[in-house]
Amino acid sequence: MVDVPVDGRAPTHVTFRGGGFAPVARPWISWLCFAGAILLWQAASQAGLADPLFLPSPLAIARSLNELAMSGELARHFGASLVRIGGGWVIGAAAGILVGSLIGLFSLWRSAGLPFISALFPIPKIALLPLLILWLGIGEASKVATIALGVFFPMAISTYAGVDNVPRNLIRMAQSFNVPFLRIVANVVIPGMLPSVLAGCRISASIALILVVAAEMIGANVGIGTLVLTAGNLMQTDKLMAGIVAISILGLVIGAAISWLERTLLAWR
Amino acid sequence: MGFELVVDAIDHRYGALSVLEDVSFTLRQGEILAIVGPSGCGKSTLLGILGGLLAPTRGTVSVVGPMPPDTLNPFTYIFQDFALLPWRSVAANVRLPLEHHPLSRSRRGALVADALARTGLTDFAQALPKQLSGGMRQRVGIARSLVVNPAVLLMDEPLSSLDAQTRELLMEDFEAICAREQTTGAYVTHNLEEALHMADRIMILRRRPGRIREIVSVPIPRGERRGPAVARDLHRLHEQLWSHIRAEAQIADREMTDG
Repeated sequence: MVDVPVDGRAPTHVTFRGGGFAPVARPWISWLCFAGAILLWQAASQAGLADPLFLPSPLAIARSLNELAMSGELARHFGASLVRIGGGWVIGAAAGILVGSLIGLFSLWRSAGLPFISALFPIPKIALLPLLILWLGIGEASKVATIALGVFFPMAISTYAGVDNVPRNLIRMAQSFNVPFLRIVANVVIPGMLPSVLAGCRISASIALILVVAAEMIGANVGIGTLVLTAGNLMQTDKLMAGIVAISILGLVIGAAISWLERTLLAWR
Repeated sequence: MGFELVVDAIDHRYGALSVLEDVSFTLRQGEILAIVGPSGCGKSTLLGILGGLLAPTRGTVSVVGPMPPDTLNPFTYIFQDFALLPWRSVAANVRLPLEHHPLSRSRRGALVADALARTGLTDFAQALPKQLSGGMRQRVGIARSLVVNPAVLLMDEPLSSLDAQTRELLMEDFEAICAREQTTGAYVTHNLEEALHMADRIMILRRRPGRIREIVSVPIPRGERRGPAVARDLHRLHEQLWSHIRAEAQIADREMTDG
């Protein structure tokens, strides 16, 4: 039973002050806002508030995307971009993980490698494309190399940061049982650095996407970047926007794939 | 005739900071030696040196006499923070120290199952560490140490990160395990009660640089230290030990606070 004052004084309840600062995702609000923005955009276009030459309606963009898909043009451009992203990302990520692991594990590699990474990482990799074209020619190699370079640095940095973040007590524990070095790397270091490496994959995948479009705009006959640039030059704004939507969808698919990998490989967290 | 672990004139420095000075003692087979002292006196450093995880600046640790032939890891640690691999199940954590030994899969499985049974973890073999309470996680740490049949168990504040109730429960089990396994070990702790329950002898270190102030024998046999009959004797010993540590602990606390 709750004690109440008996002398007629009115009780004052303690005010709750602990709310907020705990954001919770509500997916239906996200979808509702997204759909609302598209509808508003469509309505504004139909009301003549937006010039279709500068901002085509969502329906016009969808129609253009459908036409590109039906004609096979989208698959041609998309396929070329995917091959470049895939090749560049695999080469850059493999090299980045290897070099990052060596820097994380060995003092000699750390001393030799870190100054190079610190000096070269800030260079916008697209600025290297003309040089790479000079070295490797205007073909696929220069574009793949640009993407690989762009992917290499964030992957190397996130990998050695991941190795650094493996709790030292786990390594000492394994050493205390005389677990050999390579087994410690396989059983302690690699699983421990995985969260950081996957975060690096997410960052480097978006960098690869930016670089492929930029590289294709500078020197390619086919690819999503070429599609967007050509459409822009011809004032085909709906086609231009369709290309951008396609890139956005590709980014979402890559992000979803990495999220799935994180859920699968890091279920222990 | 058993073995002895002989610690001879150990000094240790971290750069200019001297943490241990002229530490010498002998740990006999079947004996548990508790190491107590104020914060920063080098207890954990000494434990690291005993098992070869740290190289002393000066002095030696040597084994005299034959070690048990069937041990897979003579000097085995139990860590304060459990040091479990969070991506491995309980059974896989316990299996880790066996994986580089040339054992058959069935032998390895039998050793793991036995260690899990001895620590009451059989039903949790497939659980991940995140699914366990602190006490159960330390049980996994204990199982992992038992699976290699250690000659010397080096325990670094194994109960200190547990809440008081869990600590009490686990200490009872731990006492029973150590008695059953006839454990030889060094037990670092801040907690005098733990030391009085677990150890045959208690070594008190002075504040930094850690030097041995005194080694006190606990006159009541291990396993007979619970109940009202011995409570008064243990309380008296507790007071005696605390009087030795108190003043130095106060000074050490101020030194650390002052930075």
